[in-house]
Amino acid sequence: MRRFLRPGHDPVRERLKRDLFQFNKTVEHGFPHQPSALGYSPFLRLMAIGTRSGAIKLYGAPGVEFMGLHEENNTVMQIHFIPEQCQLVTLLDDNSLHLWSLKQHSGASELQEERRFTLKGPPGSPPSTTQITAVLPHSSRDLLYLGTESGSVFVAELPSFRVLEDKTVLSEAVLQRVPDDYCNRRSCELVEALREHPKNPNLILIGYSRGLIVLWDLQNSQVTHHFLGSQQLENLYWQRDGSKFISCHYDGSYTQWPVSNDNRQPEPLENLVPYGPFPCKAISKIYWQTTKNGLPYIIFQGGMPRASYGDRHSISVIHGSQQTAFDFTSRVIDFFIIFSSEPTAEFDDPSAMVVLAEEELVVIDLKSAGWPAVHAPYLASLHCSAITCSHHVSNIPLKLWERIISAGSKQNVHYSNMPWPIDGGTNLAPDPPQRDLLLTGHEDGTVRFWDASGVCLHLLYKLSTVRVFLTDADPNDNMNTLGEDEWPPLRKVGTFDPYSDDPRLGIQKIYLCKYSGYLAVAGTAGQVLVMELNDEDAEHVVDHAEADLLQDQEGYRWKGHERLKTRDGPVRFEAGFQPFVLVQCQPPAVVTSLALHSEWKLVAFGTSHGFGLFDHQQKRLVFVKCTLHPSDQLALEGPLSRVKSLKKSLRQSFRRIRRSRVSSRKRRGAGGNTSEVQEANAKFDQDALQEMELAPVQRKIEARSAEDSFTGFVRTLYFADTFLRDSSRHCPSLWAGTNGGTVYAFCLRVPPAERRMDEPVRAEQAKEIQLMHRAPVVGILVLDGRSTPLPEPLEVAHDLSKSPDMQGSHQLLVVSEEQLKVFTLPKVSSKLKLKLTALEGCRVRKVTVANFGSCRTNDYSENDLAVLTNLGDIQIISLPFLKLQIRYPCIRKEDVSGIASCVFTKYGQGFYLISPSEFERFSLSTKWLVEPQCVVDVPELTSNNHVNNRSGVENATRKS
Amino acid sequence: EFRRFSLERSKPGKFEEFYGLLQHVHKIPNVDVLVGYTDIHGDLLPINNDDNYHKAVSTANPLLRIFIQRKEDADYSAFGTDTMTRKKNVLANVLRPDNHRKKPHIVISMPQDFRPVSSIIDVDILPETHRRVRLYKYGTDKPLGFYIRDGSSVRVTPQGLEKVPGIFISRLVPGGLAQSTGLLAVNDEVLEVNGIEVSGKSLDQVTDMMIANSRNLIITVRPANQRNNVVRNSRTSGSSGQSTESSLPSSTANIVTNFLQGEEESDEEDIIIEDSGEPQQIPKAVCASESLESLTQMELLHDSTQNGFLPSSETNLNHSAGSISMEYEEHHPDHKSLEDGTIITL
Repeated sequence: MRRFLRPGHDPVRERLKRDLFQFNKTVEHGFPHQPSALGYSPFLRLMAIGTRSGAIKLYGAPGVEFMGLHEENNTVMQIHFIPEQCQLVTLLDDNSLHLWSLKQHSGASELQEERRFTLKGPPGSPPSTTQITAVLPHSSRDLLYLGTESGSVFVAELPSFRVLEDKTVLSEAVLQRVPDDYCNRRSCELVEALREHPKNPNLILIGYSRGLIVLWDLQNSQVTHHFLGSQQLENLYWQRDGSKFISCHYDGSYTQWPVSNDNRQPEPLENLVPYGPFPCKAISKIYWQTTKNGLPYIIFQGGMPRASYGDRHSISVIHGSQQTAFDFTSRVIDFFIIFSSEPTAEFDDPSAMVVLAEEELVVIDLKSAGWPAVHAPYLASLHCSAITCSHHVSNIPLKLWERIISAGSKQNVHYSNMPWPIDGGTNLAPDPPQRDLLLTGHEDGTVRFWDASGVCLHLLYKLSTVRVFLTDADPNDNMNTLGEDEWPPLRKVGTFDPYSDDPRLGIQKIYLCKYSGYLAVAGTAGQVLVMELNDEDAEHVVDHAEADLLQDQEGYRWKGHERLKTRDGPVRFEAGFQPFVLVQCQPPAVVTSLALHSEWKLVAFGTSHGFGLFDHQQKRLVFVKCTLHPSDQLALEGPLSRVKSLKKSLRQSFRRIRRSRVSSRKRRGAGGNTSEVQEANAKFDQDALQEMELAPVQRKIEARSAEDSFTGFVRTLYFADTFLRDSSRHCPSLWAGTNGGTVYAFCLRVPPAERRMDEPVRAEQAKEIQLMHRAPVVGILVLDGRSTPLPEPLEVAHDLSKSPDMQGSHQLLVVSEEQLKVFTLPKVSSKLKLKLTALEGCRVRKVTVANFGSCRTNDYSENDLAVLTNLGDIQIISLPFLKLQIRYPCIRKEDVSGIASCVFTKYGQGFYLISPSEFERFSLSTKWLVEPQCVVDVPELTSNNHVNNRSGVENATRKS
Repeated sequence: EFRRFSLERSKPGKFEEFYGLLQHVHKIPNVDVLVGYTDIHGDLLPINNDDNYHKAVSTANPLLRIFIQRKEDADYSAFGTDTMTRKKNVLANVLRPDNHRKKPHIVISMPQDFRPVSSIIDVDILPETHRRVRLYKYGTDKPLGFYIRDGSSVRVTPQGLEKVPGIFISRLVPGGLAQSTGLLAVNDEVLEVNGIEVSGKSLDQVTDMMIANSRNLIITVRPANQRNNVVRNSRTSGSSGQSTESSLPSSTANIVTNFLQGEEESDEEDIIIEDSGEPQQIPKAVCASESLESLTQMELLHDSTQNGFLPSSETNLNHSAGSISMEYEEHHPDHKSLEDGTIITL
């Protein structure tokens, strides 16, 4: 009866599917794209980052993460935590305020938006009246002071956001007792900064952009002190005891002001231009931190000499005679200092500085000598150099894991030993079930090894392939090599460096064998490196071979890039993965597919011209096969190179711009500029859209033919021990699939281990299959007699997999972009197929075998195919019957780079890039789920006296 | 009647001799007959000159099935792509002479040695404003030759007229298959591709679907020019002779099944080359013997009657039948495309 039931209506199977499959986007790894605001709560010890797309992310101790998204998707301008509360307020660029809360649900905390509010002025008033420029959450926890562009300060009650109109501080009231000559020279203009007095919550300091600063008594609604600044104000900071405050200015100066009851209109104590005497850029934020030894820490952002260092993104730390100007790789969004927040403590005693730059987070240890950087457990800059490919390896054996960590720790010696200073919240997630590695290949020729086991993706080890080659890059071209006496005392910090000196170094394919520690890496200029893990530094010669993939083709000219030049003689390699073989494809086109068989000691590689097999034990090329159609001129000449060279020139011009650019950093100026730019962009987009409507896109409908371009492009390579010639003897084989729908199968003869070095590996073509629909072949897989995919090399030897069934007949699964097809072996006849494109119009982009375990019982698991289509859907397809199990929308179909970057794990999880710097992690499995699970408890209040609480002050007005 | 005899594959001789042989074998020396054979794709193709005769012999694997019909009452529409996938119908119709006996076709032109390149199908079940066109890319070397674009069309909904996005034909390549059929035109709205509605699908999705189905593309369009639509009530004025109401239900049913079979059939054609040997079609069943014999056996089916109707609908419409016939003329014998297997050589 079963066969009369329509597929998908078997209730038993339906129930099982519910136990096996479930789709969740679990966590975002990496660094937020386009961060725009930073906030910190010393009370919760949580940091918040807002982005230009309206996302807000909270981070505490490793594993403690929360994310929220503003519906409006507007830029987050400011973030302020409410003192001693699990609440925060965000200001968006549409002038709306949002109150967020961390609420506990069934033991875990969640971030929720509670309320939103837009300040409304009296009828008929200009919009600037209510344009919020500064926010101060008062330590009383129920009042929010809102400074505006008009110079008024409004007071809103929390959590209702009800405006207390009688408490509004109007600029007219402030100006009443200001001397006339000062008043005439300048009006108040906008409120730049609001600061609560550290000891007396009834006093707030209001700073106006033209330089006037007043101390306002909240109870009596009157000005107590006037400070007549002469320079355009940027920001304010109270000293801990409230006897002095410090103001910083647009001209690169800062000023100390005394606050005493004797003088209601005091003169400045000290006025300094730290990087004078030549004109300097603005100091946009300043900290004055007291210490036990009496020497304060003065920490300020900006202030560099305008002409010579105006393009630097710097923060200077001055402590006695020590002074360092930390030079960041990208624009500084904001920063904060972690210091003693105990109300009873006498001194600030700063311990760390946390800097949010546009492309990375940098934390500086202020306690240790030399102020080293702290290795961040999260928010890694995945895009230090652009990611070009990714490779995931599940369930790493402990031995290899430890060796990689030890190699990595030797690279990280310059980091501080300080424990991570942002440690709020408690991570409740269970320990990750297994050790997983995510390998990312980068444009600069590096491979980064990330611990992808848990919620915090962090860097374990970085491998560079550059050393093998001679490149144009001048090793002395290091901006960091400044002499001791250089002024200003700049010090480069951070790892973000998107400028690759030679795009040919880019990594395109990675294959790691977790059992043997062999790693194969292939790149843009046809280079294939085979490496071995070595725990010690070593100096050795890399064996070099060339694979001419066009052996029998005559009279062509490769117009693409040249192949990389290699270093002669021995090369010194640091501990870690060290290359011992280099194969260079000729012509040096991008390597498009790579396979490594660590047991047979063979590596296979393919480009747009053909593929080859290399014996890395004997260091001998076994064979090459040209797959190129003779008429395919485009592939012959290498059109990609033209794109690359354009990219290179663009990169160079960007670099020039970067060096010469004088960043306009002033908020209003910058704000004005960006909005103009945005408007122009929007207009351009609209024009482009209109144009598209006038001349609509059209698509050619044409059957594919053998003469199409790039049919020879090798898309996939696969090693299998299977029945290729007859059903009685199985043998090693290599399978290759091309863009033109051709599958080649080669029979391999690998000598037995004892004669491995004596006899050559032989290969002979056994089969060639031309799929009539000619769609690109993206996956090849052999299923054993039990219809289980063949195990990975060495998996059986390590007792981690059952031996494949060599009794029953094997089957071949060929996945093309358009359909999945199962053939019998050794005689290839088609058995069944699943069409995707013809029926749904979607094309296969990524396919992998994943093992799904049941969430109910530990003893049931099955292998299925996880397929990502060009529409961004993920489909799970059963093996071996190719029945669609379930379909989930995952990535927007317009997000081409997201779809291209997707990588599946062996246990039904996956990663894809949601921005150049962030991976979204998702799970298709009910069993393997890595997601943040954490709780933030309100710490017990040490004192009811809020006077000494500093958190309100800490949430300084963001400036950038 | 069936006859079975053998020929030497390497020396098939001339068509005239073969024709004589057939007449001799069937003992019908003075009867004019039409000779057809089934090719590897299951199509009934004519044999009437040396070229297609040689081609036919070379495709024998190892049997070659030959059909002969008496010329005066032969059914020309039986020839063409996918005709043998409908074998049952052909045979049923051919073998049951009493069923649906009709007056002979008006022969517009002889289906010499060509195959159809397009047809209008399912006229009976579609609204009059729609047209379902089948393009037989497989039978020709011509490019499909058309482009599609996004656009908007107006639909009647309960809420009144509504503008909805649609896919339209934007360009026909001169000399391409699409243009030469005369059945598709610029600004025709594409409604379905091989039976699947395109509404809600993006231009790229529809493009991919069409390309994936390009060997047997069936597109349902709403022609921009609605003046040439079939007017069903005046069907009897047509010359197709297929207008009896009684035949409609079965004809429709046939179309549906044929359509599916045809689709299944059309890409079961992957080629496998074993050990650098001769290219072969990948067998669907396990029956085929591997070695080629030098002697070709032929299975002959002689039948002197003609059928009633066939679901193939190119003769349903006067004007289209005419244009197709014209197309046949200029699209002269060219069976290279039958040899897809030889595209791949080592």
